[in-house]
Amino acid sequence: MRTAVSALDLRKASSVDEALAILRDDAPRTPLAGCTDVYVSLNFGTLSGARFLDIWGLDELRGITAVDGGMRVGALTTHTELARSPIVAERLPILAAACREVGGVQIQNRGTLAGNVANGSPAGDTLPVLAIADAVILLRSAEGERRVPFNGFYTGYRATVMRPDELIVAIEIPPVPAGQWFRKVGTRAAQAISKVVVAAVKDRQPRISFGSVAATVVRLPRTEAALAGGAPIEEAQRVLMDEITPIDDIRSTADYRRRVCANLLARWWNGASDGTEVSR
Amino acid sequence: MRFTLNGAQADVQSHPMARLLDVLREECGLTGTKEGCGEGECGACTVLVDGEAVCSCLVPLAQVEGTEVTTIEGLGGDHPLQRAFCDLGGAQCGICTPGMIMTAITLGPEPTIDEVRTRLAGNLCRCTGYEAIYRAVFQATHLEAS
Repeated sequence: MRTAVSALDLRKASSVDEALAILRDDAPRTPLAGCTDVYVSLNFGTLSGARFLDIWGLDELRGITAVDGGMRVGALTTHTELARSPIVAERLPILAAACREVGGVQIQNRGTLAGNVANGSPAGDTLPVLAIADAVILLRSAEGERRVPFNGFYTGYRATVMRPDELIVAIEIPPVPAGQWFRKVGTRAAQAISKVVVAAVKDRQPRISFGSVAATVVRLPRTEAALAGGAPIEEAQRVLMDEITPIDDIRSTADYRRRVCANLLARWWNGASDGTEVSR
Repeated sequence: MRFTLNGAQADVQSHPMARLLDVLREECGLTGTKEGCGEGECGACTVLVDGEAVCSCLVPLAQVEGTEVTTIEGLGGDHPLQRAFCDLGGAQCGICTPGMIMTAITLGPEPTIDEVRTRLAGNLCRCTGYEAIYRAVFQATHLEAS
């Protein structure tokens, strides 16, 4: 490991209230949940902070609760728990599908939904699902709680509206119509980081979100409006090309990502069943 | 810091942010657990924490306090999975083998070959000996059930 652990400072919270008091009085500290992102950065010596707050033991932040037609997911709920949950299977099966595509089982056992959100990688597999679901992020501080729409949570590449004294405590997911679709395109079927990842709902008001094609995960309101207005798919593809801003990086090229996005849009809209299509 | 290691109590002095992998290898002297990539991609460092497969390169010591940790040494050397890996050539260079076995041990009874492949998707073999690995896991998990 390229980081000397002796220089790292860890505090452990035994309750959410204690965690919030620590974040109020002794910030900034990076919260530690399943550590599947933080320890990768530590290992490569690329993490800027050296102060941490361990919240992994806070069981009050775990679990999935059915709420009306949707659900509330505690911040520390792991990908494995989401993939196995009957509530998720019934109400938002593409979230379970996305969780099964995150790394291998070892990562799914430790990585959390809120960690995926907080890490803010534009390639996060679960993020397009939260975008099309119009999820709400519950942020709590010692001063109180606020609800931030997921689609307004990111302000730029790995930048969010969260303050240093705030903690994600839960993610609320409203009911999502049937006709849900999820597809991840990576180098191989398992254990690959996305070149492009997409979630969509084929409804009277279509919803579509892509990951890995911009600085943050993106909803595509103009493409959605074109489809809702009955535009031919070629026209919707042109709007989509205008709406995304993919880049060349180690995993793929901007050109390839554009081509794949256009193809995925057409496949989804024309009803191909080679994604994780769920009609519920 | 205390936790249960392969059924016995372990009392360790390492820094709370030390990787479980390093604590196991350097302080506990259990070198069966291997370091591969150090970023959760290869599964070579897989151990069980409270029965769940995790990459020990991504787990801080602080988070295993009070848990039960099982490493390849905890299987004793004569586990059906260990025997099958020997009998069927499931190990070539051997670096991925402890991680493969510690992940495979979390499979349910009589898994399909597809379930074996999916469960082992987070374990990479650089000798590319996957077919023999799947055969060994398949045989061991089906023998256990019969």
